Amino acid sequence: MDITGRKLFVRALQEEGVDTIFGYPGGMVTDVMDELYKQQDIRLVLPRHEQALIHEAEGYAKSTGKVGVCLVTSGPGATNTITGLADAHYDNIPLVCFTGQVPLGLIGNDAFQEVDIVGMTRSITKYGVTVRSRRELGKIIKMAFHIARTGKPGPVLVDLPKDIQLMPGDAHYPQSVSIRGYKPNEGVHVGQLKKAYKLIKSAQRPLILAGGGVLLGNAQEELRRLAETMRIPVVTTVMGKGALPSGHPYYIGNSGMHGRYAANIAVSECDVLFSIGTRFNDRITGDLNEFAPKAKIVHIDIDTAAISRNVVVDVPIVADAKLALEKLNEWAEPKNTKRWLEEIRALDKENPLEMRRDKGMTPQMVMEGINAAFDRGIITTDVGQHQMWATQYIELNEHKKFITSGGLGTMGFGFPAAVGAKIANPDQPVVCITGDGGFQMNMQEMATAIAEDAPVIVCLLNNQYLGMVRQMQQLFYGKRYEATCLRRRTTCPPNCKGPNGACPPYLPDFMQFAKAYGAHGIRVERETEIAAALAEAKSYTDAPTVIEFLISSDELVLPMVQGGNPMSKMILK
Amino acid sequence: MKNRWIALYVENDVGVLAKVSGLFSGKSYNLQSLTVGTTEDETVSRMTICVASDDITFEQIKKQLNRMVEVIKVIDLTNVPLHMKEILFAKVLRCTTADKEEVFQIAQVFDVQVADIGKDSVLLECKLTERRNNELIALLRSKFRHIEIVRGGAVAIESISTSCR
Repeated sequence: MDITGRKLFVRALQEEGVDTIFGYPGGMVTDVMDELYKQQDIRLVLPRHEQALIHEAEGYAKSTGKVGVCLVTSGPGATNTITGLADAHYDNIPLVCFTGQVPLGLIGNDAFQEVDIVGMTRSITKYGVTVRSRRELGKIIKMAFHIARTGKPGPVLVDLPKDIQLMPGDAHYPQSVSIRGYKPNEGVHVGQLKKAYKLIKSAQRPLILAGGGVLLGNAQEELRRLAETMRIPVVTTVMGKGALPSGHPYYIGNSGMHGRYAANIAVSECDVLFSIGTRFNDRITGDLNEFAPKAKIVHIDIDTAAISRNVVVDVPIVADAKLALEKLNEWAEPKNTKRWLEEIRALDKENPLEMRRDKGMTPQMVMEGINAAFDRGIITTDVGQHQMWATQYIELNEHKKFITSGGLGTMGFGFPAAVGAKIANPDQPVVCITGDGGFQMNMQEMATAIAEDAPVIVCLLNNQYLGMVRQMQQLFYGKRYEATCLRRRTTCPPNCKGPNGACPPYLPDFMQFAKAYGAHGIRVERETEIAAALAEAKSYTDAPTVIEFLISSDELVLPMVQGGNPMSKMILK
Repeated sequence: MKNRWIALYVENDVGVLAKVSGLFSGKSYNLQSLTVGTTEDETVSRMTICVASDDITFEQIKKQLNRMVEVIKVIDLTNVPLHMKEILFAKVLRCTTADKEEVFQIAQVFDVQVADIGKDSVLLECKLTERRNNELIALLRSKFRHIEIVRGGAVAIESISTSCR
C-alpha cells in the first residue's frame, strides 16, 4: 500500500533507531511535524534558534556516537543551520539535517522562504541533496544516514520539498544501500603498517601525536596499549584530548598553539613522530618548515585527503585508527625510552603549566575545582580563552568526555552542545565551560534546557572581554582594545586602553538572567568559593545552574605560539 | 606548475557540476578547462578537466575529488596515451577578398573546415588538439584585426593503439 512522504519520513527515522530529533517548525515542515505528533518513539526537542539546534544535535551525537537528527524549515530556518553544519563538518560529527523546501514546482521562482540550501552548504556537508521524486525518498534517507555515520563521519543535508512530503508512494524503507561513488576505507595496508612499526622500533625518541580520529574511531584503549607496551610518550591535539587519560604517566599534554611547553618541544625533538587521526591543522604545526624537523613521520588517517596535504610524511597509511592500532599492538614490543621520557619530564619541570597563585582567582583554579568536583561526566566548552584553559587544565579519564569546537572554532557552541549532551545522557553530569562572549551568542537556549529538563552546569568565566582577541591586542597590537570590551558604551573615551575605574557596568547581569529563566545562579568572586559553588550546582537537579566566575580581565592563555611561528618558539610569560 | 589532465566519472545528477567546480574555486585550485557530457551509461557523466598545479596540489585535487560521494572514478590522464581534441569556432570578420583567400589557405594548412561564409566574413570549424588550436588562434590574430573565437575545452579518451594530444 502506498503511503505519503511524511509517513515514510517518520517510518525511516524509526527504522534508523532515532530516539531524538532536534526540530524547529516552519511552513515547509508542518506536515512532517504533524506526523511526528502522532507517534511516541521519537522525542522532538525544540531549541530556540536553528544554529543552536545544530550544536545541540552535535552535543547529542558526540556524547552518544549516534547520528544527530535535525529538522528545520526552508529559507531562514535552513540558512541558520549553516554555521552549525560547518562546525560539524570540520569536527566530523555525524548529523542528518532535514530542511523543508518549497514545492518542486516553485523552486527557482524566488518563492517565500526559498533558498538553495543544498548549493549554499555544498562545501560544508559531506553530502547534500534535494529529493526530487517521491520514489527516491526512502533511498535518499537511507543514504543520508549511511554516509553520515560511516568512514570519516560528517553532516548530510536532505532537502525535502513540501509536495514530496505529501505525495503518496512506496511504503518500503530499504535496509541497505550501495553507492558506487562512496566506498569508505575499511581495511589497512599491512605492508605500510609494518614499515611504520619498523620505524618506531628503530627510533630513539619516538612520539605519538593523537588527534580527534582516535576518539572518533573509539581507539583510546588500543592507543593506551601501544603507548604502554612500547613506552612511547603521547601528545594530543585539541580534538584528541582524552585519547589517553590526562593523568597517564606517558601523557605529556596538548601540543600546538597553546600547547604544553614540553609537548611542543617533544614534537620538535622527536626522531619518529607517529601521528594518528590528525590533519596537521596549522594550529598544531605552526611554521610548516620547522614542524618536527628531526622526525620521520608516520601518518595514519581514515581520510586519504588528509594525508600529505599539510605535512609531507614518510609513511602514509589510510586506515581506521582502531584497526591500525590493533594490528600494531600484535607486533608491539617494549622499547627502552627511559632517557627520552626523562628528558621530556625535565622539560616539563622547566616550564610547567602553572598560573600565579599569589593574588586572586585564576582560571586554573576554576579548572582545578571542576576537576575535583567531577570524576565522570561530559564537559563541553565554547570557544576562546576559557576553551584553551580547559584544554590545558581539565583532566580527563575513561569516564569523562570532552566536547569542543576545534576546527571551525564556533563561538556559541558550548552551551547548546551541553544541552544536547544532557538530553542524551540524563544520568551524567554535564558541565559547560564557557566565556561571557560565547555564552551570549546562544544563551537563549536556557529556555530549551529548562523545557527539556536538561539541568546542565554552566561554568561561565567572565572577564568582561572577548578575551582571546583582547589577548592578541594586548600582546601584538599595543593594547588597542578595539571591539573587545563588553562593557564599552558610546559614553566611553574613544581610545580606551583598559579598565579605568569609571567603566559602565557589565551587561547582562547573569544572575538576573538565570533567574529570568528559572535557573539557578551562583556568583563566585574568590577562589575559596569555587568548591562550594560547584557542590551547590551539583545538588540542583531541577534546573540548570549558571556559575559565574569573575576573573581578572588581563589573564592570558600561556604558553602561546604566534600564528606562523615554529612551535618551538613559545611565548612563556 | 604544469598542466595536468583528469578524467572524472560522476553521477549524472543535478548539482554535481557545481560541486566539482566549487571545489576548484573554494580551494583555489587553478582550473584551466572543464568539459562534461554523458557517457554510454546515461546515469554517468564524464568530465575532462585540465588544471595547472604543482605535484602536491595535484595529488590533493585527486584525493578531494575522490572523496566526493558523487564522484565514481578519478583517472589521471597526465601521462596516459590518449586522443584529445577540442572544438573551436573562429569567425574572421570584415574580410576583403584577399583576406578570404588567406583564411582558406590557413584552413587548408590546418586541415579545418570552412563551415560558413558571408559577404565579408568566414567561419572556421576546428577540431584540433588544444595546442594546435592555440597556434591557429595566434596565426589568425597576427593576420586579422577582427576575429571572434569560441572554444569548447578539451575532450579526451584513452588510446587503443595510437595517440594524439
